[in-house]
Amino acid sequence: MSEPIVPSKLYVGIWITLLCLTVITAGVSFIDLGPLNTVVALVIATFKALLVVLFFMHVKYASEKLSKMVVVAAVFWLLLLLTLSMADYVTRLWS
Amino acid sequence: MSNSPIAVEQHNPALRHHFADMEQQRQASSLGMWVFLATEVMFFGGMFCAYLIYRYWYFNEFAAGSRSLDIWLGTINTAVLICSSLTVALGVRAAQMGKRKLLVVLLLLTIVFGVAFLGIKGVEWYTKFQEHHIPGSSFSADNLIKEYPQIRIDPSHEQIFFSLYFAMTGLHALHMIIGVGIFTFLTYYAWKGRYTPEYHNPVEIGGLYWHFVDIIWIYLFPLLYLIDRKPLK
Repeated sequence: MSEPIVPSKLYVGIWITLLCLTVITAGVSFIDLGPLNTVVALVIATFKALLVVLFFMHVKYASEKLSKMVVVAAVFWLLLLLTLSMADYVTRLWS
Repeated sequence: MSNSPIAVEQHNPALRHHFADMEQQRQASSLGMWVFLATEVMFFGGMFCAYLIYRYWYFNEFAAGSRSLDIWLGTINTAVLICSSLTVALGVRAAQMGKRKLLVVLLLLTIVFGVAFLGIKGVEWYTKFQEHHIPGSSFSADNLIKEYPQIRIDPSHEQIFFSLYFAMTGLHALHMIIGVGIFTFLTYYAWKGRYTPEYHNPVEIGGLYWHFVDIIWIYLFPLLYLIDRKPLK
């Protein structure tokens, strides 16, 4: 079997990290960081999502390269959708 | 011949005839689930895109609407979903090791967390209903205008924030309801002893689905609840 069994301690560690990050992101939102508030919130959310994908969803251990490619492709298409749309809306008032 | 590993594998009743062996079958089901999840990213992506555009246009109304959401319930619900993801991850592990009773307990715990999430979400929606924040003919942003005189609020733009709020959390909740349904099915067959260390693909891909729905919420929480919480000047 190429599917490894991850020690439960690691899962518990990830779980505690995710809970701490949730409290941190909620707490930081009350501090005035200017435009950085949004950046911090999104960085923390992305880090949490990464932990879930890599460890809980086993992408870190997956032997199948195809699965990894599908994950990267999904993120790539999403970013394409968001960036190209915003490239339009953000630049409409220019000139 | 009967001692060769291939012959033994062919006798596993869970192996479908179009797969060479159990490992190939497992990889195929996992890949299929990931492709489905990629389409789900696109599905939710359209909404995230609409959110981004309107947030860029009507930031004031998004900030005021975000302040009116209950950050405590939102944080608790995020924690509830993270706990459910842990029970799912441990459940898949129990299935890999063939621990039937532990698997059933963890699947049941996941369902409990999922229902708790939906209950808390229901309480939040009910509050919004009482505050006339449901988009439609009875929509009113008067309480927000009174509460935040520093923020310039156009009620029709405020309505767009709440339309997106209900569409996004509603679509997420629909996925949660489907997830609870899938896990009820998994619990039943886990109890019947269908899943073994060699064959537990349904538990594995059901788990992938659950984690995916968790990730959507990990983004929805800061995007909806934490838009602008800093003290108003």
